[in-house]
Amino acid sequence: MNLKELYQEIILDHGKNPRNLRKTDNFNKDAKGYNPLCGDKVHVYLKLNENKKVEDISFEGSGCAISMASASIMTDLVKGKEEKEVKEIVSDLLNMIKEKDELNNKILKDDEKTKLMCLSGVKQYPMRVKCATLSWHTLTSALNNLEQTNNTEN
Amino acid sequence: MNISDIKKEFPIFDNKVHNNDLVYLDSANSSQKPRVVIDRIYDFYSKEFSNVGRSVHYLAVAATNLYESTRVSMQKYINALDKNEIVFTKGATEAINLVANTFGQKYLEEGDEVLLTELEHHSNYVPWHFLRKSKNIKIEFAEINSDGEITLDSIEKKITKKTKIIGVTHLSNVTGAILPIKDIAKLAHSKGIPLLVDGCQGAPHLKLDMQDLDCDFYAISGHKMYGPTGIGILYAKKKWLDELPPYQGGGGMIKEVKKKDISYGELPNKYEAGTMATAQVIAFNESIKFLEKIGIENIEKHEKELMNYATEILGKNNSINIVGNPKKKGGVLSFTIEGIHPHDIATILDEDGVAIRAGHHCCQILHEKIGLPATARASFGVYNTKADIDQLSKSIEKCKKIFKLI
Repeated sequence: MNLKELYQEIILDHGKNPRNLRKTDNFNKDAKGYNPLCGDKVHVYLKLNENKKVEDISFEGSGCAISMASASIMTDLVKGKEEKEVKEIVSDLLNMIKEKDELNNKILKDDEKTKLMCLSGVKQYPMRVKCATLSWHTLTSALNNLEQTNNTEN
Repeated sequence: MNISDIKKEFPIFDNKVHNNDLVYLDSANSSQKPRVVIDRIYDFYSKEFSNVGRSVHYLAVAATNLYESTRVSMQKYINALDKNEIVFTKGATEAINLVANTFGQKYLEEGDEVLLTELEHHSNYVPWHFLRKSKNIKIEFAEINSDGEITLDSIEKKITKKTKIIGVTHLSNVTGAILPIKDIAKLAHSKGIPLLVDGCQGAPHLKLDMQDLDCDFYAISGHKMYGPTGIGILYAKKKWLDELPPYQGGGGMIKEVKKKDISYGELPNKYEAGTMATAQVIAFNESIKFLEKIGIENIEKHEKELMNYATEILGKNNSINIVGNPKKKGGVLSFTIEGIHPHDIATILDEDGVAIRAGHHCCQILHEKIGLPATARASFGVYNTKADIDQLSKSIEKCKKIFKLI
């Protein structure tokens, strides 16, 4: 167990000052995520343009440092990417947290991958994995136009 | 009472957590088990095991006697009039479901009201919600005041001619408020309404006297009372258990089974269908003896001292906000720290071996009311010491350091 790995500078920073914590004007996709175990809530808003590119992404919600930082970093990295790329990044991140030790996608730049790897600290804390993955599952729901609240059970 | 000797009775404290001594402050969630309870389960399975109430062989008779002797111990412990007023369930949750289901079936009609409080945890809300869906009843909530208390007034305000049953917690698992059960029972009975008490937190910490409290139903959780999991108790006045229909059907609860009809068994078998958690019931007798040996008055006094000490220590800390300020408070202390989410607090404390709970503590209604999605909660048991509180306070400072608040 390593608290320093879990609460890295970048996590604390994004947790304290989350980026894109607002509601996108004229969003055309959104979904709500909820972790019934701890009460973390997130609402992800997306604006995809006609080329299926993420013109804007934002979120509203409340939660622990891990869940807020994860959502914040996610919005930062996903903005400007195409829908297909976003889905690849999401699945890469989820795989990294669940089983692999690294990120394999070719979409993100190295410094962006480093940022995302900060979330790998939760691997040692099984009860906290859902905090890190909630916003990512919710983003998937939004892209797939899923109406139901994503409750991180999958 | 020498508290350090009592800690020795609990084998769990021989173990280290992340190389630290365990500081267990999550007893409101579930208490640790004394050696006598653990040993009793082992002994029963190794030397005395049989199913109860059915066969006539030596082991079956002995096991049945042991099982029934827990019922008598419990009757005496809570001063019930009749041993048949004690029904074994799998937990307090099942005890409340039993009442909601059977009382609802027999007495509730569309438009009737069940009165609960905003302090209730989900076990004393969800079972009633089932009736809201199936029978179209209404659920009303007596409101908390700014100290996180439920007063007699707040209950009286919500009673209408449609109120058919009142369900309240004895001791809040979030604010620690102890409710005036005796007065609530008087008020309810003056209007001809029965009272159910959720005793999950009350039973392990407070003296229980059913004749004094005079409630109609009292639900108890065994695992919060230094007993095994899988065992709970429903105390109900005998007239209710006679009047209400059975809850679950199966072996053990029947009298005569024919193709065209079935007649049901007498109390207490009527409510104990199937093979019960026999070993747990028998081991639970040891929990009762353990509590009796220490004396519940001594436990109350000890936990009150811990609470006063913790309130003083944490109260000095400006960044800590203690949730609720009830005048009568049991060993539950919920708090938040400005700038650190309760889940982060719990993870950091855990590294020091300090076990607390973070979240909504199965009380989403209450958390919504007080405007906090989650709180951190330290709850005390007979084995806790002032040194545990000191460690809690020290580890809270570590949280603040990690989050750069100091």
